Amino acid sequence: MTPPASTAAPLDRRSRDIRAQIIHVLRHGGRGHIGTSLSLVEILRVLYDTVMRYDPKNPRWPGRDRFILSKGHGCITQYVMLQEKGFFPAEEMTKFCKFDGILGGHPDPKVPGIEVSTGSLGHGLPIAVGMAVCAKRDAASHRVFAVLGDGECNEGSVWEAAMSAAKHRLDNLVVMVDYNKQQSYSTTYEVLDLEPFADKWRAFGFATEEVDGHDVAALEQLLARVPFEAGRPNAIICHTVKGKGVAFAENDLKWHHKSTIKDSEIDQLLAAIEG
Amino acid sequence: MRETCLKEVYRLAKGDKRITFIGSDLGVGTLKEFKEEMPDRFLMEGIAEAHVVGMASGMALEGRIVYVNTISTFLTRRCFEQVVVDACLHNLNVRLIGNGGGVVYAPLGPTHLAIEDLSIFRAVPNMTILAPADADEMRRLMPQTVDWRGPIYIRLAKGYDPIVTDDSVPCRIGKALPIRAGKDVLLVTTGITLKLAKQAAETLQGEGISAGILHMPTVKPLDTEAFFDLAGPVRAIVTIEENTIIGGLGGAIAEQVAEANFDPAKRFKRIGLPDVFPDKYGSQANLMDHYRITAAEIVATSRALLGR
Repeated sequence: MTPPASTAAPLDRRSRDIRAQIIHVLRHGGRGHIGTSLSLVEILRVLYDTVMRYDPKNPRWPGRDRFILSKGHGCITQYVMLQEKGFFPAEEMTKFCKFDGILGGHPDPKVPGIEVSTGSLGHGLPIAVGMAVCAKRDAASHRVFAVLGDGECNEGSVWEAAMSAAKHRLDNLVVMVDYNKQQSYSTTYEVLDLEPFADKWRAFGFATEEVDGHDVAALEQLLARVPFEAGRPNAIICHTVKGKGVAFAENDLKWHHKSTIKDSEIDQLLAAIEG
Repeated sequence: MRETCLKEVYRLAKGDKRITFIGSDLGVGTLKEFKEEMPDRFLMEGIAEAHVVGMASGMALEGRIVYVNTISTFLTRRCFEQVVVDACLHNLNVRLIGNGGGVVYAPLGPTHLAIEDLSIFRAVPNMTILAPADADEMRRLMPQTVDWRGPIYIRLAKGYDPIVTDDSVPCRIGKALPIRAGKDVLLVTTGITLKLAKQAAETLQGEGISAGILHMPTVKPLDTEAFFDLAGPVRAIVTIEENTIIGGLGGAIAEQVAEANFDPAKRFKRIGLPDVFPDKYGSQANLMDHYRITAAEIVATSRALLGR
């Protein structure tokens, strides 16, 4: 099966603003995962804007939907969303990766709004399954969202957890895979092909949908339908573009991660976002 | 000891709804009553230890106290990163019950021998390590595991090990048990090696050597205060463990001895498994004899250190 092409969706003002904020955080830290943060923008935007229930003034509110960014290296996008929603002051964004800041290069629960430390790949889904099993057994109405990277799905623990999610009929669990088809070294096709990817999730017992991961309206529509099927966990394969929104960085692995980033590059990135 | 440990999990779970049990693929009938009486809190999750420890951590984040049980080597090696990152980094109430600590599974070969579980977990922040000497000590410790903050590794011995502990010394997590005072040599034990030290101390006494015993069912956090109390008067210290001599109980005590800079210096020796993968089968007792983790070796080592 050929995955749907991504992406025809034009980026609106909000998507561009979020991307610009990501670049500003990068500038403060002088480093960071760029391409993967940009491919995540619409997924997280939709979750935080319209889908998930949470209370920034009470981040541990028991009724909150649980969110785990299992591909923890995309955390800058989550930081932007959390700060914008009021989980912590804007000043923290200027201390990204700094000694006395709370925002590191991977998420940590000392940050209000972050549930668990991720960054080592393949950990988020098992934890999400544990949370979702508890919600089921407590007859609680909150849901558990886990966003995974495509490269992350190389890890066996992802598939161990997937089997368990189906066994426990976790229709309160939503797995979203940021399928930008690039990992650190090369394409997912070359490094360790995931295809037929959606069929794999189906075979593991998930009610599975595919979507253009940059199409805000399509993401909203799809997430409004969760659970897709009673008694089955949900998987959404989000077809995305690594570096989305910065034409020269799109699908260019040089922009997967930068350990140093010059002011001139920051200017280029910001200019490219405005296109 | 395994039976006692799991029965305690069942008994404690009956009185505390936070307690959940997760097995991997345990023997048929394991904790049958638990499954029947508390099915919502009994899970058998398959041969998927990385997932099991992650899942247990997710449940602990939701307020559960999760007891996970499978064979030691699978609970330490296979999912080491999940133990470190998910359970320990978040300091969660996950209890890892490892079957067959040390060389219990001698007939099954090196894949099943937990020769370094104490060592690798000792290096992980927030981890507590328990290695009781017998079923009675296990029974004393288990109720304390419920409200102990953070992850715990509970090392099980073979089962039906002789009872060598009693109530005379209070048994608390994090505290060592001074079993007997000695003036010449201090024997430091964990797990089933207490039995060997007691035998050796009797023999030594017959030879006019006064041997003290400090039993450490909690390997981490190490009760250094108790150690220095008993180490003060002696001239020699011997550690005995069913674990590699690298980084386990012997390593922990060696660190204390080295940094204490005793004056006059104390003689010191670790008894335990050498830095090899055992290549013999037979029984646990066979391997203990082969690697000279025996009462006779404790006696000989003590004599040698004291120049007797």
